[in-house]
Amino acid sequence: MSKATSFAALAAGSLLALSLSACGGATKSSTDKAASTAPAAGQGGAANPDAATKKGLAVAFLPKQVNNPYFNISDAGGNTALTALGESYKEVGTNSATDTAGQVSYVNTLTQQHVSAIAVSAQDPGALCTALKQAMSSGIKVVTYDSDTDPGCRQAFVSQASSEDLGRSEVDLLGKELNYSGQIAILSAAQTATNQNAWIGYMQDELKKPQFANMKLVKIAYGNDDAQMSFQQTQGLLQQYPDLKGIISPTTVGIKAAAQYLDGSQYKGKVLLTGLGTPNDMRSYVQDGTVKAFELWDPGKLGQLAAYTAVALASGQISGAQGQSFTAGSLGRFTVGAQGVVTLGAPTVFDSSNIGQYDF
Amino acid sequence: MADIPAAPSGLRRPPLHGALRWDTVVSVLLVILLAVSFSTVGGFGNALNISFLIGNTLPVAAIALPMTMLVASGEIDLSVGSTVGLSGAVMGALWNHGMNINAIIVVCAALGVVCGLINALLVTRLGLPSLAVTIGTMALYRGVAQIVLGSNSVTDFPQNYLDFGSGRLAGSFLPTAVLPWLVLAAAAAVVLHATGFGRSVFAVGASAEAAWFAGVRVKRVKLSLFVATGLVSSLTGVFWVLHYASATYSNATGLELSVVAAVLLGGVDFDGGRGTVGGAIAGVFLLGTLQNVMSLADVSAQSQTIVTGVLLTVSVLGPRVARQMSPSIR
Repeated sequence: MSKATSFAALAAGSLLALSLSACGGATKSSTDKAASTAPAAGQGGAANPDAATKKGLAVAFLPKQVNNPYFNISDAGGNTALTALGESYKEVGTNSATDTAGQVSYVNTLTQQHVSAIAVSAQDPGALCTALKQAMSSGIKVVTYDSDTDPGCRQAFVSQASSEDLGRSEVDLLGKELNYSGQIAILSAAQTATNQNAWIGYMQDELKKPQFANMKLVKIAYGNDDAQMSFQQTQGLLQQYPDLKGIISPTTVGIKAAAQYLDGSQYKGKVLLTGLGTPNDMRSYVQDGTVKAFELWDPGKLGQLAAYTAVALASGQISGAQGQSFTAGSLGRFTVGAQGVVTLGAPTVFDSSNIGQYDF
Repeated sequence: MADIPAAPSGLRRPPLHGALRWDTVVSVLLVILLAVSFSTVGGFGNALNISFLIGNTLPVAAIALPMTMLVASGEIDLSVGSTVGLSGAVMGALWNHGMNINAIIVVCAALGVVCGLINALLVTRLGLPSLAVTIGTMALYRGVAQIVLGSNSVTDFPQNYLDFGSGRLAGSFLPTAVLPWLVLAAAAAVVLHATGFGRSVFAVGASAEAAWFAGVRVKRVKLSLFVATGLVSSLTGVFWVLHYASATYSNATGLELSVVAAVLLGGVDFDGGRGTVGGAIAGVFLLGTLQNVMSLADVSAQSQTIVTGVLLTVSVLGPRVARQMSPSIR
């Protein structure tokens, strides 16, 4: 036992001592976020909007997860755009959407392979920073798409749609369907999800407008992006508020589970549902009348725009500074916004008239 | 490392006894893989990549040390990945509350001891199999981690601490965190192969009952091994957060499988009683290097999973075949 104790003490001592001796004391209040929010390397640097698009660039897509249907579509969009420009495309990534260590090692690998640009959808805003900064300092251009890192860790972020557009348009969509009256509820993902909360903030703001005077938001429920929990939360909402007229679920998992519940209940067609969903998930509910309309951006176009942005960066047409603009093939001309954000545009509304044209 | 005897040295052995030992085989494979990769794989043999390789492998390498002893004693701990996650989640939550970071690291260390103690008491006092107990606590610790931090991710730790997690020793390819790991590895090798405690670990693994009759305090041996595993896991959790600059509840999901795979690949017998620290370390770096090389060669994630699975199967079969080919070798 004494040997065991000394082993444990040694183990604890050595790791601890070295981690402590690495630096002096610090607390959250004694340090600031300056380091993590420093501007990206090259941002604000020289850019020539008339520069020719370079050919033969190697652009790598690193989605949150490979073989995820959503990213299959967005990355295929990237491939299409790159092929059209005469660049080479490849996709690498982890099998799991929560393997941040795996994502980091893929960034490191791409740095070793000296690709021209990386388009990455970050699993975690901070975890990739060290690796991405290393990549940028080796001259690799970094674009995030769908899911951003801290702004200092990439040159540009290709955003699917602005939070404001998404939040307000979902309320408008449901308002029209309900003739602007009745109780409504929101079925969100996790209570802490930043993007969801930003959208909900704009929804609440939109509801303050005079035309929504007769529409009342009675509850925000959280289904944690889990099908079963979202299903049960929908069930609970309808029991708690028998007069409920509409639900907005700004999450693809939530809206599908809510539609599934409504479809099998007496509320089908009486309680209206909208939110963010994918056409393939929602097709049958639109066809059988459970859901009239919902929205989402086009993930294929998102991938295309990420590819064009990466090529514009690698060709020196933009550096990621606000106000620069570049052409993204048939998608048109885009201007870099504050903090290097390039926004795809207003979301696409899917209903029975157009859902047949989309397969994702 | 691999030639440290696994058993008391008084036993008679045939000449060249080391030639077919599995841990020797794995060490040789590692050397061959490194040599081939240096000469044929583009982007492998430079300082930056080697430091990536070592840095990414360190968490597995650290936990493999106590895990080697635990498996040699006939037990296993599948909750190590969750302990890493829990330690990171607690670190993030306390940092959000403005606690001093040195105090946080001490709290995390204590937390690891508690996690190990819970596993140990369930196994030794209730006599439950460690496989079942730690499958349970694997879910338990991960669940607590999620409650502690929710789906937040905390990234704004002080830069000098982050530099420790991802930095390199002045002008070299070695990650800074390699130093404490080397100390830990040396300590583990000495404790397992050159002390009475180490012999009792093997004795317990070979036959707990016989060891007990011989005067080994079986429960204490197991308890101290579980506690050491919990402690190293929680300190690895701190390193993980600093290395990836990210405290989330999902940190190190699935790490337990990498650790167990590497330890078994290194020739530590799943049934207990056999194994070397050197072999386990060779196993860890063989898997780590393979993964690095496959990524550089653009092998898809799915194919990598298949290769790892085949290796894990080989690692269970290999040592047995090696022993059967020379039955007098331990």
